[in-house]
Amino acid sequence: MFHAERPEEAADQALIAQPSYHTPQRGDLFEPARAPFQNLSVSPQTSPPEVMRIDGISKAFGGPPVLHNISLSVPKGSIHGIIGKSGAGKTTLIRIAGLLEKPDSGSVWYEGIAAPVHLLRGRELLEARRKAGFVFQSFNLFASRSAAENVAFPLEAAGWPRAKIRGRVAELLELVGLSDKADRPAMHLSGGEKQRVAIARALANHPAILFSDEATSALDPETTRSVLDLIRSLRQMLGLTVIMVTHQMEVVRRTCDTVSVIEDGNFVEEGLVAELFANPRSDAAKAFLKEDRND
Amino acid sequence: MTDALKLLIQPLGQTIVMILASTLLATMFGGALGILLFALSNDHFAGGRRGSLIAKHVADRVINMLRSFPYVILMVLVLPLSRLIVGTSLGTTASIVPLSIAAIPFLARIVESSLSEVDSGVIDAAISCAASKRRIVFAILIPEALPSLVSGLTLTMISLLGYSAMAGVIGGGGLGDLAIRYGYQRFRGDVMAVAVVAIVVLVELIQFAGTALANRIRSSR
Repeated sequence: MFHAERPEEAADQALIAQPSYHTPQRGDLFEPARAPFQNLSVSPQTSPPEVMRIDGISKAFGGPPVLHNISLSVPKGSIHGIIGKSGAGKTTLIRIAGLLEKPDSGSVWYEGIAAPVHLLRGRELLEARRKAGFVFQSFNLFASRSAAENVAFPLEAAGWPRAKIRGRVAELLELVGLSDKADRPAMHLSGGEKQRVAIARALANHPAILFSDEATSALDPETTRSVLDLIRSLRQMLGLTVIMVTHQMEVVRRTCDTVSVIEDGNFVEEGLVAELFANPRSDAAKAFLKEDRND
Repeated sequence: MTDALKLLIQPLGQTIVMILASTLLATMFGGALGILLFALSNDHFAGGRRGSLIAKHVADRVINMLRSFPYVILMVLVLPLSRLIVGTSLGTTASIVPLSIAAIPFLARIVESSLSEVDSGVIDAAISCAASKRRIVFAILIPEALPSLVSGLTLTMISLLGYSAMAGVIGGGGLGDLAIRYGYQRFRGDVMAVAVVAIVVLVELIQFAGTALANRIRSSR
């Protein structure tokens, strides 16, 4: 089953065969020389050592493909950025990774779940979704609920008793610095506050991964910075793994450890953020850096 | 004039009973049907599957057909059904059956469109909160769509008031019947006026209550 065509692939496979390959640690970074992005051909029976891995995802919506055979693996505790222009396929990619959309081909794996999560149904799918929090560009709070009730919803859905929900919601609102706004109707909050509530809601069920789809794109620069700082500190406190889709280099520079540059549904460059800034190889990355400098 | 007002009492009660009972039934069955129509065409629920496409197509045809019947004809057509359900095909109780049947597809469409108007991002958020489909509908979609659902229900009740004026055809009584039998057939202009004013007042009351409730929900957000 394993056909190692390149020496580094053979090394990958040898490592994957041993479950002790990766003892996840807080703030763990990729090895710069041999990032585990390269297509790993792992037997489908093996649960991945990474927090999340996608293998050869393709997707089309009727027309030309939006994603071509994309693979990505993200180790625990890292913040990985996916940067691309609008229409590059980044939102589709994160929606597939976050179980909001199904791929046409390829597979999605979460740590601790033996089956590819994109194939799960019913209760098992809901359990997998509890491992993934999702925040959106437009916040998507429930207008019919207060801040606290928004945060409570995933707990209600997970069947928590009412008394425990109250305690957990208070804890979460404190975590995002909104304890004093608990009873505000969601629509009466400012943009930054809405996104903080959305983050608290996404974290309610102790997810392993936080997916952020342009979470700061609708915010002003100052609020953007404070939300990004919050995400970084949450990673530190909770040992969270974060995947952020963005079109702003500033978000990547400020928040991410590693980054993939996506263009026309393909990753054109992947690696450490510091490396990308020091030595961009793809034209797309160069263009983003130039834009960033001009800002 | 006092005579005309006295004549008003019983038909007014009949009209109110007809509207409330048929609104209740329409809310139950039309609401459920509306949720079903929404679910059949929404991708997260049952949309996109072959079976759903067929079911939606069939439901659309049936609903459009029911909605295209002139009410008077519908009322006569469902007489046997009334007999089956309420044991009689005459009177106020019997007229609740055709009224409900007219209101169910009407309300189903209103519920379908109200639910469809909920931002798809909000549905995404509810999905990512790992909620079941049932919970998403009842704990998120319906509360989110509530102001629009209340407006739709108001609209339904006012349509029902119009339909109920034809209940006289099957002896259902009500204000419309009073206006026709006394006001038109017996040349009692005063009764006609009183009946029409009563209908106008009812419409105003329903609309006022509905708008006030919808606004109240909106302003609490």
